[in-house]
Amino acid sequence: MANRPAGTLYRGKVGMWSWVLHRITGVAIFFFLLVHVLDTALVRIDPAGYDAVIATYKTWYIGLGETGLVAAILFHSLNGIRIILIDFWRKGAKFQNVMFWVVIGLAVLLFLGFAPRHLINVFSHI
Amino acid sequence: MSVVIETPRSRKRPGFNLEKYGWMYMRLSGVLLVILIFGHLFANLMVGEGIHAINFAFVAGKWASPFWQVWDVTMLVLALIHGTNGMRTLVNDYAEVEWIRRTLVWLLWIVCATLIVIGILALTTFTPCGDASSISLLGKDGANVAALCPVK
Repeated sequence: MANRPAGTLYRGKVGMWSWVLHRITGVAIFFFLLVHVLDTALVRIDPAGYDAVIATYKTWYIGLGETGLVAAILFHSLNGIRIILIDFWRKGAKFQNVMFWVVIGLAVLLFLGFAPRHLINVFSHI
Repeated sequence: MSVVIETPRSRKRPGFNLEKYGWMYMRLSGVLLVILIFGHLFANLMVGEGIHAINFAFVAGKWASPFWQVWDVTMLVLALIHGTNGMRTLVNDYAEVEWIRRTLVWLLWIVCATLIVIGILALTTFTPCGDASSISLLGKDGANVAALCPVK
C-alpha cells in the first residue's frame, strides 16, 4: 500500500466509484430495456406467446434478476439526480460526497420497500 | 492552504453543438424517466399481485386507457434514446479502433430506431380483440371482455 498514489480529489473516492456504478447499472438497464420492448411487442402479434414469455418472468430465478434490476434502477435514478445537482446546483460539487451517501441511503430505503413485496409475490407462486 | 481551482474558461463557440444538446437531453429525460419508470414499476410490480398479475389481459386493460398509452410511449422513446446515448458514451470511451467505434455507434442508433418503431407500432395498432384466442386470453383472468371488445 505504500506505493499507492496518494489520494486525489477523485481517484479511488466516492466520485470514481459512483461513476463506475452509474456505468455498470446503465449498461445492465439498457440490455434489459432491449429485451423488454421486444417481449412487450408480442402482445400485438402473438397474445398467447406473450403470456408464455411473461411466465418466465414469474419464475423464482428471473424474479431474483428483477429484484437486482430494480436495485440497479434505484441507484441509477437517484445518482442521476445527484449528477444533475452537481451540474446545476451552486453547492452541488461541494456536497457531492454527502449526496452520494444520501443516494445510497434512499436507494436502500426504497429497495427495502420493494424487495419483500416482490419476493413474496415471486416465491408464493412457485 | 486549500487548493484553488480556477474556473474553467471554455471558449464560446458559435454554431450548433450537438454534444451540448445530448448532454442536456440526458439530464432532462433523466428527470422525466425517474417519474415514468418509478410509476411503471409501482403500477406493475407493487400493486396487487405484482408480477403475477401480468399477462395479455393485464396489458389490454392498461392500454384501454389513453393515460397509460401516453405514459408508455413517452417512456419508450425517452428511455431508448437515453440508454442509446449512454451506450454511445461508453463506446466513445472504450472503443480504441476508429472504424469499430463508428460501426458500434451506428449499430446502437439503428437498434434504437428499430425498437422505437416496433414499440410504437405495437402500442398504436394494438387490438385486444384480434381473434378468438386473444378474446379467450382476456376472459381467462376475468377481465371485462364486454368492456374491451364491444360487439360489432
